[in-house]
Amino acid sequence: MKSVIAENLVKTYNKGNVKALDGLTLDVEEGTVLSVLGPNGAGKTTTVRILATLLSPDSGRANVGGIDVIQHPEKVREIIGLSGQYAAVDETLTGWDNLVMFGRLYHLNKKAAIKRADELLERFSLTDSAKRPIKTYSGGMRRRLDLAASLIVQPKVLFLDEPTTGLDPRGRLEMWGVIEELVKGGVTLLLTTQYLEEADQLADDIVVIDHGKVIARGTSDALKKEVGGERLEVVVEQSNISKTLEIVSRVSGNKATLDEGLRRISAPVSNGSISLMEVLRSMDSEGIHALDVGLKRPSLDDVFMSLTGHAAEVEEVKK
Amino acid sequence: MNALSDSIVITKRQLLQLARVPEVLIFSTIQPVMFVLLFRYVFGGSIATGQPGGYVQLLMPGIFVQTVAFTLAATASGLAEDMKKGLIDRFRSLPIARSALIVGRTLGDSLLNIVVLAVMGAAGFIVGWRPTSGLFSVALAFLFLLFFGYALSWVGIYIGLSARDARVVQNVSFLVTFPLTFLSNAFAPTTGMPRPLQYVAEWNPVSTMVAACRQLFGLENEFGATAGSFPSENPLTMSLIYMAIIMIIFVPMSVKKYQNASN
Repeated sequence: MKSVIAENLVKTYNKGNVKALDGLTLDVEEGTVLSVLGPNGAGKTTTVRILATLLSPDSGRANVGGIDVIQHPEKVREIIGLSGQYAAVDETLTGWDNLVMFGRLYHLNKKAAIKRADELLERFSLTDSAKRPIKTYSGGMRRRLDLAASLIVQPKVLFLDEPTTGLDPRGRLEMWGVIEELVKGGVTLLLTTQYLEEADQLADDIVVIDHGKVIARGTSDALKKEVGGERLEVVVEQSNISKTLEIVSRVSGNKATLDEGLRRISAPVSNGSISLMEVLRSMDSEGIHALDVGLKRPSLDDVFMSLTGHAAEVEEVKK
Repeated sequence: MNALSDSIVITKRQLLQLARVPEVLIFSTIQPVMFVLLFRYVFGGSIATGQPGGYVQLLMPGIFVQTVAFTLAATASGLAEDMKKGLIDRFRSLPIARSALIVGRTLGDSLLNIVVLAVMGAAGFIVGWRPTSGLFSVALAFLFLLFFGYALSWVGIYIGLSARDARVVQNVSFLVTFPLTFLSNAFAPTTGMPRPLQYVAEWNPVSTMVAACRQLFGLENEFGATAGSFPSENPLTMSLIYMAIIMIIFVPMSVKKYQNASN
């Protein structure tokens, strides 16, 4: 069964001048994780806002947990959790205050709201800071509290809009751990992100969106295959360029490309480390010294490059 | 009655905020008290009145009305702050009545007004303010003031939801409330104003409120009524009409705005 269905969603801003969504279609199978991957301004947040009943589309259909989002938004709100890009909690209040308040707004009685707040604080390792104002929290702690607030009543469908944007590496890892725990618990999750790595780590399925449209869909393996997996890169002296181009092309089985300014030769490879060793061995026997060498995993830019032929443009859509 | 209990949760949130950051309450009471002292001692000596007890008797109703009129700014900036932080999105994604957040906030701001009015009343008493009308009328005047503040906080809701930037909100609200409170009979006689402004001042809801409060406190409203217009003859009735008009216009407009709010 599909827990989330979006069909041909269209949304324009500024009297039609900015097209945020241009016929976006996606769905999420119950109990799975879908990652919506795209650069800033691709339409990720708009998609989440429509599915979470915060925004009406100009046209198209949306259904969450079997309920029509446009016809019965109030019923949808009972079964979803939303955690946004900006940690939406009351900063002057403590973490505990916030969770109890949201519990009350989910119509738990006072005792149940307090019990749930304590449970969630414990689960997200926030018990020690429970009685401190959110203002004093680190970015990662805020995000965890924000996520906790969206889990007060076990939601059937959870929307996470860029849960790790702006976090430092440690905060990001902590957040991933928390989300992985949730996923194990069987929640249906739609997650937006700008990072291929994140989508890869957390999602069963990935849709790539650009200019308000889905431009690719598949598992992360399938997408990576499409992108060409890893690339081997080697930087050499000017005099060794032509020989190295030959070696890299032969080993990878693909035509190697040259960035003249950086004297960097690169080619997609399927069996990364083996190819790397072979290239180094061949270079060694030719007496070529590599100034820099490495394997590069495909980034969002690479995905975009290969899917759209243009780099991931970072443009701010006026909301 | 989920809508009501949801609103109360939101109101409690505001009270909790005050408990966590008591400075807010302290400064929102210091400011009006400062106004009382400044006007009482700066203008009090030079504005002649035939009132027993002097200028402070006429001043206090004026300052009460001005203070509750500033509720508009408080409501507007509080809401704009919530918008900016993304809190409004969270509230709108919850299974609660759509009106709960804004109703809760207007109620919270009114509760704050009770505290502020009480402190101001005490300050006024210390500097010589003595209402002569009896307890019932005085209580009625304060109730009137609270309702006026409540009505205006709905205007604040609309401004708070309309502004694209929280910083603009403060400016816009003061642009509304300053002329409204000074182009009135609150601090000085309207008779000194140019003729056209006198009419504006007399029809100004702040003037009718001030005049109504003066009546309820047992004073003659000697700072207005030069043109003998309907509002200056019937300040109580006119104030009630104004409050009703404000609510009839701004409650539905604000609720609609909130439903379509997107930051």
